[in-house]
Amino acid sequence: MPLSIFDIAGPIMVGPSSSHTAGAVKLGQIARALFHGTPITAEFHLYGSFAEVAKGHATDRALLAGVMKFRTKDLRLKDAFKIAKQKNLKYKFIIEKQNPYSHPNTVKIYLENKERCLETIGSSIGGGNIAVTNINGSEVHFTGQAGKYFSIIVSHENKPEVFSVITPFLTKLGIGIINIQTSLMAENGKVIRIFDLDNKLTLEQVKEMEKLKGIEFVRAMHKVSKS
Amino acid sequence: MYFFKTANQLQKLTKKHNLPISGVCLRYEIEFSGKTKNRVISRMAERIKISKDSIKRGLAAKKSLSGMTGGIAKTLQKALPRIKKMYLSKVMYKAMMYAIANNENNACMGRIVAFPTAGAAGVIPGVLIAVQEEYGYRNKEIIKAMFNAAAIGLIIAENATLSAAQGGCQAEIGASSAMAASALTELRKGSPEVCLEAASLALKNTLGLACDPIAGLVEVPCVKRNGIYAAMAMTASDMAVAGVKSIVPFDEVVLAMKNISGIMPSQIRETAQGGLATTETGLKIKNKLASLMKKYEK
Repeated sequence: MPLSIFDIAGPIMVGPSSSHTAGAVKLGQIARALFHGTPITAEFHLYGSFAEVAKGHATDRALLAGVMKFRTKDLRLKDAFKIAKQKNLKYKFIIEKQNPYSHPNTVKIYLENKERCLETIGSSIGGGNIAVTNINGSEVHFTGQAGKYFSIIVSHENKPEVFSVITPFLTKLGIGIINIQTSLMAENGKVIRIFDLDNKLTLEQVKEMEKLKGIEFVRAMHKVSKS
Repeated sequence: MYFFKTANQLQKLTKKHNLPISGVCLRYEIEFSGKTKNRVISRMAERIKISKDSIKRGLAAKKSLSGMTGGIAKTLQKALPRIKKMYLSKVMYKAMMYAIANNENNACMGRIVAFPTAGAAGVIPGVLIAVQEEYGYRNKEIIKAMFNAAAIGLIIAENATLSAAQGGCQAEIGASSAMAASALTELRKGSPEVCLEAASLALKNTLGLACDPIAGLVEVPCVKRNGIYAAMAMTASDMAVAGVKSIVPFDEVVLAMKNISGIMPSQIRETAQGGLATTETGLKIKNKLASLMKKYEK
């Protein structure tokens, strides 16, 4: 796929660092999207360079902001701690001294509320690019880019007839699919797919998509609080 | 029809369609994104506005969390009227000042455009906004200059890297300087060939540049470096416009940068394990900041 000019002239982001700030926001956003609810507690384990320079790069605030669905360019990122307290979101950051993961900028995000809990592990691999490598103990491999694309995460039964209704659904809405990433969730036999789209879905459209047969959930990664 | 990923291909397209680099770049984006011309142009205009805001905020001199930056651009601004026998031209001094302001804003969690990256985000807006103020270019022309710069960045991204983690600072500041030099040249009606000479002259003179930031933060030497290289981009453009040619054509300079990236040790590729990051001062600052993280420790 050819690069867009706006891959070069962008993303629009809150600084200071595309890997430690913008990438961290994206990792928080993905964790929140996968969580499929509103967390009451957020615990972040920081490894490697994330552990060392998190404060100076505002990685802690960026991760929290992402979990609160802020966009990469949201100036409220600075006030993430204050806003989390206002939203009664309890947060905790833990510096891990050893890094067992292969990438130097890695975070384990643990989100919880009364109904569910979710653990995701992801890394910021440079320039705002991120990779998610584990979801609740299942190895996955998704990549993403901070500030780029409107994405949806879809969890569905691992049946071809389920997958085959998704594309026409999106096409009918006039939404183009730029990329699809797929991972099989060993623990529940479901498939998780990230669809990078060229346009947003409204909340109603997301809910309609969830009604399709065999779809477990659809989470939009751009439906964020107004900034 | 407008696809390119090398300078050679870009140049051929400019000749074939009788367009400047910015013209080919705009049509490339329209073709590949499927968006309208107005939409593409307004996206670029938005980026200029964000950069102008960023520079204003940077000049307001807030200190970063580490305290290493914040106030540098303001210092330059205050000194401007009283420097005797200044060596830089006024416009170059302003470009330097604005480039630094942009990245000081970045260091304070301000909003910037990562063009081509966050660490090197000051150079292009620094030079373009300074020359707009000084020479009165219209917004339309600055937008075209941005497309010109983006085309150069695209070539570097496709054939080498824009990431300091892979290529050191030659990939980030090197790229942004080349992009700025080319953009400045198109603004003055330099042909695509002359734009590429400017880009070559700029990039060549950043080869081997290390990424060794103190405490791993995007501040020292990054912020001031954006200023110094804004001035260098103007130097390269002046040389090109005067008729000076680069012996090595741009595509090959980009490959040279890629070659050097492969030989460059990881200690000076954004790991803060060598160079400035491991000087006595660098380590002192690192340790001081590390104690800020202590309250999180398990």
